[in-house]
Amino acid sequence: MTVTLFIPCFVDLMYPQVGISMVRIFEKLGHKVVVPNGPACCGQPAFNTGYWEESREIAIKMLESLKGAEAVVVASGSCGAMMKVFYPELFAGTEHEQAARELAPKCWEFSGFLVNKLGVTDLGAKFPHKVTFHDGCHGLRELNNKRPPRDLLAKVQGLELIEMGAAETCCGFGGTFSAKFPAISTAMGEVKCASALETKAEYIVSCDSSCLMQIQGLADKQKQPLKTIHLAEVLSQQ
Amino acid sequence: MSAPATHFTEDATRVAHDLRHRGIIQTAMGKYETVRDQRKMWFQDWQGARNLAARTKFEAINHLDTHLAEFARLLESRGTKVHWASDAAQAREIIFEILRAKKAKVVVKSKAMTSEEIHLNDAMEKAGYEVIESDLGEYIVQLREEPPYHLVFPAMHLTRGEIKDLFQKKLNDAPSDDPEALTMVARRALRKKYLQADVGITGANFCIAETGMISITENEGNARLTSALPKTMITLVGIEKVLPRLEDLALFLPMLAVMGTGQALTCYNTMYGGPRQPGEADGPEEYHVVLLDNHRTLLLADAEQRDSLGCIRCGACLNVCPIFRNVGGHTYGTVYGGPIGSVITPHLRGLQDWKHLSYASSLCGACTETCPVKIDLHHHLLQNRRNASAPKTGKPSFFQKLAFKIFAPVANRPALWSLTTKVSRVGMKLRGLVNGSALDPAQAWTKTRDLPPVAKQSFREWWKEREQ
Repeated sequence: MTVTLFIPCFVDLMYPQVGISMVRIFEKLGHKVVVPNGPACCGQPAFNTGYWEESREIAIKMLESLKGAEAVVVASGSCGAMMKVFYPELFAGTEHEQAARELAPKCWEFSGFLVNKLGVTDLGAKFPHKVTFHDGCHGLRELNNKRPPRDLLAKVQGLELIEMGAAETCCGFGGTFSAKFPAISTAMGEVKCASALETKAEYIVSCDSSCLMQIQGLADKQKQPLKTIHLAEVLSQQ
Repeated sequence: MSAPATHFTEDATRVAHDLRHRGIIQTAMGKYETVRDQRKMWFQDWQGARNLAARTKFEAINHLDTHLAEFARLLESRGTKVHWASDAAQAREIIFEILRAKKAKVVVKSKAMTSEEIHLNDAMEKAGYEVIESDLGEYIVQLREEPPYHLVFPAMHLTRGEIKDLFQKKLNDAPSDDPEALTMVARRALRKKYLQADVGITGANFCIAETGMISITENEGNARLTSALPKTMITLVGIEKVLPRLEDLALFLPMLAVMGTGQALTCYNTMYGGPRQPGEADGPEEYHVVLLDNHRTLLLADAEQRDSLGCIRCGACLNVCPIFRNVGGHTYGTVYGGPIGSVITPHLRGLQDWKHLSYASSLCGACTETCPVKIDLHHHLLQNRRNASAPKTGKPSFFQKLAFKIFAPVANRPALWSLTTKVSRVGMKLRGLVNGSALDPAQAWTKTRDLPPVAKQSFREWWKEREQ
């Protein structure tokens, strides 16, 4: 299969290792990886702020760049939800609605793609650490991705998953929300970190680098012994 | 920024840092979640029940005209006077007319969020009436001269020690901080008032169109006393509370109890069909029902968000909302707090003044996931944001629009993105010199959180190099 990989803007800039890990995993499984030279962003920041017209300026280019793709893997549950769930709404009643509706079923978040599309759970990874998993809200509630990341972690050698009480509670990132309401966002992050610390896990794993940026940023500032890592990086450890 | 927005941001910032508040609410909500989940298990098919409830409510709202007419006709046939109030002022005036006609001095009330919505207590007190809230939680916040903290738990932000001190100060009677002893103090004070009251005012949980009856569900029996002892009873209820059939209560009463308080069923469930009929032992001599619109019909006209009129005010979305849990109920500055309040308040009180509530959300969707009538809450927040920022329906912010206008071509053109990558690599290093200070352009983030650097090689740069 040809996997078209979309690496969202902030992953591209700050977490390239996440994208590189995904490329290596898909190639190891024998798939061809394509990275289109298209938009760097899915348009979610403008969309979530209410500027749908400005969001469409980017999303139209995205539809063009992904036209004809066999399967699109998005390296973020949040951006994946934007393209799979919200593009059809964003373009409803416009000439691009059809293209958005055609793209939606072909869009996958990384873990959901491996488990639900490719039927793969064991990647032969080794990661001898205690970890806890943070469910990114969009992956969990828009894409219904509760099981796939856990199915994948269950097959990692040496890894012990200890669920935290607040696994499904938002970390407080929320895109522009984190800068518009920093006090609320920080309090939410503190609740998340406290729950993760209770598990005594070494790492918080997630499918969303944005959540991990929030959690790690807070933990570092408060000098808490928490390390974060993206699922793809765990799965590429041999 | 609008005055409510400034107020919200200031209060949210203060309460979010208040670790004592955080502790009280997290503990209370943790207990709620445990019992709620136990009771949900008693439903054979919880998701099926939600689907049925959502369908029933949506059907009721889509045929509000016929259901309300039938409801009013049947109530009136048993001697109830039904009043229609377009807005808060009219509802208050209708109630004042009744109070004047009855030469009332003392009014006892059971819990009614609609009365908070129209600021009834304040108006009645200013007009010289003695007003007593009879729900224990409402009574406590009334003594504290503050609005209810939560739709269902008005005094959940207080410890029993604080309630003991309050009773000592206001009632001069607080033997201990034992909840039962404190309840007895309130009970003694309230019993006298039921007997003195000329008029009892209640809210309603449901209006049954098929039988022309009001359904009130409660745990303290105070609504029963409010309706049974005074000679005149008034029920103030929003027009959206209609259910088509009596049998619908078989679903909605347990559902409301489970999601509201984690009970299988609340302790007292009463139907009110009119004033005392010939041969009946009790009940008021006169019964008035005030049906309140107050912009609900505007929401009804909004095809996208009409389902939010299906809300049964269980408060479940508040309980799971990480924003509510961190900013508390009073911060919203409006009667309906939490996710449902953030959705409907811009419709009820004006989009531009209240749009900040729709932005004060990480859009996590926990509200939508829990809502028993499946209101698409967090997507409605997105729609409110769109309506607030679109040129046709709202007022776009010049700077935000400009920022997104500039960002679009940067994101769209690989050459520009590549340049941005290089520039931000340097920019982030320079920013690091003022990290977290007032000079830091990213201070909203960096004051409380570290920001990772731009990688030495971005993913796109890596891919390009690999392809060559």
